[in-house]
Amino acid sequence: MHTHAVTQPESDPVIDLLGLTVRLGKREILSDLKISLSGRAVGLLGPNGAGKSTLIQTLLGFCSVAGGTARVLGRDISRQRHQVRSLVGYMPENDALIANMTAVSFVRMMGELSGLPASAALERAHEVLFYVGLGEARYRTLGTYSLGMKQLAKLAQAIVHGPRLLILDEPSNGLDPPARQRMIRLIRDMKDSGHMHILLCSHLLRDVEETCDQVLILKKGRIVHYANLQEERSSERRFVEVETFGNDTGLAEDLQHVGCECTVLSPGRLRMTVPAAFELKEIYRLAAGRNLQLRRLNFRRDTLEEIFLKAMQD
Amino acid sequence: MAVYKQTYKAYAGPLTATWPRFLILTRYSYSRLFKSRLLVIFLVVCLFYPVACAAFIYLSHNAKFLAMLGIPAGQLLSIDSRFFYYYCVVQGAMTYLLTALVGPTLISPDLVNGALPLYLCRPFSRLQYIAGKLSALLALLSLITWVPAVILFLIESSVTGWDWGAENLWMACGLLLGLAVWIVVVALIALALSAWVKWKIAAGALVLGVFFAGAGFGSAIDSVLRTRNGALIDLTQVIHTVQADLLRFDAGTEITPTSAWIVLAITAALSLALLVRRLRAFEVVR
Repeated sequence: MHTHAVTQPESDPVIDLLGLTVRLGKREILSDLKISLSGRAVGLLGPNGAGKSTLIQTLLGFCSVAGGTARVLGRDISRQRHQVRSLVGYMPENDALIANMTAVSFVRMMGELSGLPASAALERAHEVLFYVGLGEARYRTLGTYSLGMKQLAKLAQAIVHGPRLLILDEPSNGLDPPARQRMIRLIRDMKDSGHMHILLCSHLLRDVEETCDQVLILKKGRIVHYANLQEERSSERRFVEVETFGNDTGLAEDLQHVGCECTVLSPGRLRMTVPAAFELKEIYRLAAGRNLQLRRLNFRRDTLEEIFLKAMQD
Repeated sequence: MAVYKQTYKAYAGPLTATWPRFLILTRYSYSRLFKSRLLVIFLVVCLFYPVACAAFIYLSHNAKFLAMLGIPAGQLLSIDSRFFYYYCVVQGAMTYLLTALVGPTLISPDLVNGALPLYLCRPFSRLQYIAGKLSALLALLSLITWVPAVILFLIESSVTGWDWGAENLWMACGLLLGLAVWIVVVALIALALSAWVKWKIAAGALVLGVFFAGAGFGSAIDSVLRTRNGALIDLTQVIHTVQADLLRFDAGTEITPTSAWIVLAITAALSLALLVRRLRAFEVVR
């Protein structure tokens, strides 16, 4: 019997966490996670032990759920595990290759195990190995590959069957700068192809910032922050940071009265979001009114590093 | 998509049925196994005895050949349950040597290389994984055990007369069941041990050790405790008891067929449980 690869309506959430709780032994690793993620590329951040890998393994059906549930592309991870796995490609963090197989036979085997007929799997294996940049080395055994090539081979096996969701666990681990750039470019290309969603788990904030639209930050098994980077990037709001000299008490209130969202970072330092039609000379006018000197005025937005560090402090 | 067009494209073609996918692992296991010359040579060696038996059966019914040697008809070894019992003993020994050679190479590389998550993140279950690896080993062991045994039985039937075959059909069934049970038990032990001891050479030595050490410990227990129950941990004696019982032959073993069947069932269940417990996508550190 033959079936066809399943497609998913774009409007549905990619990952829906519905009070997901996971225990390993007596420890609660994930606690009551509730969020709906529908971005093309979602970054998963958190310090060591935050539960990132456990979340990935739970979505893949490797860990049993202690409470709540989750849905991947509309399929329940407990009751429709088989369907979920058909739609997902997974690139693990650790070494996970069979050393004495050639890249092409390894990727082909993984394609066949995902349900591709043998001839289609062979064709796809060649295609994806060329796509990730291992075309010339595809007949070499995986044991002879460098670390960067092994990462690319792991990526190839994850996309050989054309998954709807690609889960990448630390894809740029151990890569030198050119290899990292190549990996980031591939991830962005796959995201932009419109054929797949990406869940990227990484310690490197720059990787996430360069590739993801949404960011989910975990800490001690709980969601501590969610940011839609795409919305922030596309918003017309401007982010301004000012440094003043003198007694700035009351300046923040004045700025809020003229429509700015203002945060006092430290005495003499304010950060604000200004509306689209806002004229910056208004800031100078308010400062002059309070007899304050403006020492510096920068346009900037929160970097992911700042978002992350703030989430860790909360 | 042509290979030179380096853009990502999703797969939208047909998918195969789920249940026979375990055979993919069997196929790939063979392509790796038969790259080993040692294995191919040993497999040929394992077939020497069945070929010799076939030749013996054919020549013992060849009047011209017997006359040439000056042997009166009926003076040679008769083809009966005794003949097939000794076939089981010889091929049984070859079975665990072949298992010790092949068994650990099937699962250990996947565990050593951490490849299990790659298999299990696909629509492919742990049971399918075990079935795929087990099929590879069972098919190979069948080739040197029950398949030649059935061929020998058919040769004897054809040269003696099909009435002999019909009368002794129970012997063919006993031969088939006795050898099939043995290869299933040995294969499960080998896969379980290689899943726990990831190093191939150590796992192979351990497979052999289970059989040789079992015999040694069994004798020691018998001597120290002055019982006959020590033979229950000697798997070779256990399977010989079962095979002799199925072939209605008195092999003079020390244990009853019932207790031998129970030991085999416990061993197989224990091996399967160990295997299922070990084969996980990741290890939980409690």
